[in-house]
Amino acid sequence: MAATRGEGVRALLWLSPWLVGVAVFFVYPLLSTVYFSFHRYDLFTLEFIGLDNWRYAFADSRVGQSALNTLWLVVFMVPAQVLFALGVAQLLTKMKSGAGILRTLFYLPSLVPMVAGTVAFVYLLNPATGPVNQALAWIGITGPDWFGSAAWAKPSLTLLALWGAGNAVMIFLAALLDVPKHLYEAAAIDGAGAWRQFRSITLPVISPVLMFSAVTGVIYAVQYFTQAMIASRVASGATDSAGTSFTPGYPDGALLTLPQHLFHTGFRDWSMGLACVHALMLFAVSMLFTLVLLRQFSRAEAAS
Amino acid sequence: MTRRRGLYWIAQHALAIALALIFIGPIVFIGLTALMTDEQALTSRLWPDQWNWGNFAEVFARSELLTWTLNTFVYASLATVFMLVSSIPAAYALSRFRFKGSKVAFLVVISAMMLPPQVVAVPIYLVWARLDLTDSLWPLILPMLFGDAFSIFLLRQFLITIPRDYTDAAKVDGCSDVRILFTVILPMARPAIAAVALFSFFYCWNDYYGPLLYAGVDQENWTLSLGLASFKAFHSVQWNLTMAATLLVTAPVIIVFLFAQRVFIEGVTLTGVKG
Repeated sequence: MAATRGEGVRALLWLSPWLVGVAVFFVYPLLSTVYFSFHRYDLFTLEFIGLDNWRYAFADSRVGQSALNTLWLVVFMVPAQVLFALGVAQLLTKMKSGAGILRTLFYLPSLVPMVAGTVAFVYLLNPATGPVNQALAWIGITGPDWFGSAAWAKPSLTLLALWGAGNAVMIFLAALLDVPKHLYEAAAIDGAGAWRQFRSITLPVISPVLMFSAVTGVIYAVQYFTQAMIASRVASGATDSAGTSFTPGYPDGALLTLPQHLFHTGFRDWSMGLACVHALMLFAVSMLFTLVLLRQFSRAEAAS
Repeated sequence: MTRRRGLYWIAQHALAIALALIFIGPIVFIGLTALMTDEQALTSRLWPDQWNWGNFAEVFARSELLTWTLNTFVYASLATVFMLVSSIPAAYALSRFRFKGSKVAFLVVISAMMLPPQVVAVPIYLVWARLDLTDSLWPLILPMLFGDAFSIFLLRQFLITIPRDYTDAAKVDGCSDVRILFTVILPMARPAIAAVALFSFFYCWNDYYGPLLYAGVDQENWTLSLGLASFKAFHSVQWNLTMAATLLVTAPVIIVFLFAQRVFIEGVTLTGVKG
C-alpha cells in the first residue's frame, strides 16, 4: 500500500499541468457560467437580476426552435450516419481486390475541412446551377431548393454528414474485421444465412462500438455549429464581420441550433448572462449523454 | 450456387464502385468549377469550356489567402507542439501509475472531451479579454499547454496496451519515471503520438468556431476557415473563385493524408474503442 501512495504522489506530479488546465478551463468557467446566468452582463455593467435570464430563455421561441432542430438531428441524422457507415463498412469487408483504394476514397471526404465541405455542398446543391439538381432533371425529377428551403435544409446537411462519415466507416470496418472468423464458420455449418449471421453474430460482437459511435454522434449533434452556420451564411449570402447583422438559422430558423443561438446572444448581442443560461442548457443535455458514455467506460475498465 | 455467388460478387462490387464515385464526385465538381470562367460558373454546363488556371492566382490576388494560410499554419503547429508537451505526461500518468483516483481522473478526461466548447465560452472569453489577448489566435494556442482531453484520452488508450512487463523490467534496473518515459514508452508509442499530432494539426486547420470567437474583425488575424466562410459573400457571383479557394484550403490536408495514410487509419480505429 505504501508503494501505491508513492505512485500517487508521482502521478500527481505528472498530471499537474493537466490538473491546472481542468481547474482553469473546465471547473472555474463552469461555476462562473452559473454565476453569470443570474446576472445581466454586457462586458461593461454587471447587474444581479435573479431568474430573469432563465425566464426569458425558457420563453424564447428561438430556444424552442433550436431544441426541435437538434432533436431532428438526433433522431434522423445520427442514426442515418451510423447505419450508412455500417453498411459501407460491411460492403468493404466483402471486397477482395481494390479494398485499399475504396477505403481511401470513402475516408477522403471526411478530411475535407468542414467549412470547405459545407461551402462545396451549398454549391453542389444550388437549385439553379448545381450539378445535383441537373442530374435529377435528366431523369425527370425537379430537385428541391435544398439549403434554400426550410423543409430541405436539414436533409441537405444530413447528406453532408453521410459524405463525411469516413471516420465511422473506418472504425466499424476495424470492428467487423475483428469478429472471430470461426463464429461465422460454425454458423454456416448450422445453416445460418447471411442476414441471420449478421444479426446473431456480427451485431452482438460489434454492438459496443456501434453504441460508442451513436452516443458520441448524439453529443456532437447537440453541439452542432459549424456546418449549420456556414450553410446558412453561404446560402443566404451574408458575411459575419462584426457590425453586420447576420442572424444564424437561415432559412426560417431551420438550421438554428442552441450553440449558434448562444454564440449570437453572447458574442454578437453581448447579452452574456443570457448566453450563460443557454450554455447551462447545453451542458445539461450533453452531460446526460456523457453519463451514458462514462457508464460504458467504467464497465469496460472493470472488465479488463 | 456458384452462379448466384457470382451475381452477388458483381452486385457488391458494382455498388461499392458506384458509392465510391458518388463520394469522390463532389471533389471532382469543385475542381471543375474552380477552373471555369466567371460566366460559365453561373450556367448549368458542368464541363469547363476553357480551362482557366488563372483562377487560383486570382484567389491569391483578391483575398488575404496567403496571410490566412500563414496564420492557420502557426496556430496549428504551435497548438500541436504544446499539446504534445502537455498531454503525453498526463497520458503516461493515467496509463502507468496505480493510484487512488486514477479512475476518476480518466472519467474527467472523457467528460472534458465531450464538453461542448460553447458551454464554457463566456467566462473563458472574459479572461482572455481581460488579458487583452482577444483579436488574436493566442486564446486558442495557449490552453494547449495544459493538456488536451481528446489527445490524452487517445494516448492513454494506446499506452495501456503496452504490457507492464516492459516498464517493470526498466524499474528493476533502477530507471526513473522520466527515463522510462523516454526510453521505453515514447519509442513504442510513436504511432499513437503521430496520430494525435496529425489529428490535432488537422483539428486546428479546420477549426472555425475558435477563430470566429477570437480572431476578431481584422482580416490580418483570420484563419483559412474564417476567410473561406466569408469568401462567397465578398465575391458573391463568382462560384468559380469560391470553389478555387475551397480547393486550395482542402488540398494541403489531402496531400498530407496521402503521405500519412496508415498513421491516420490506425489512429482512427484507436478512437473507436471497444467500450
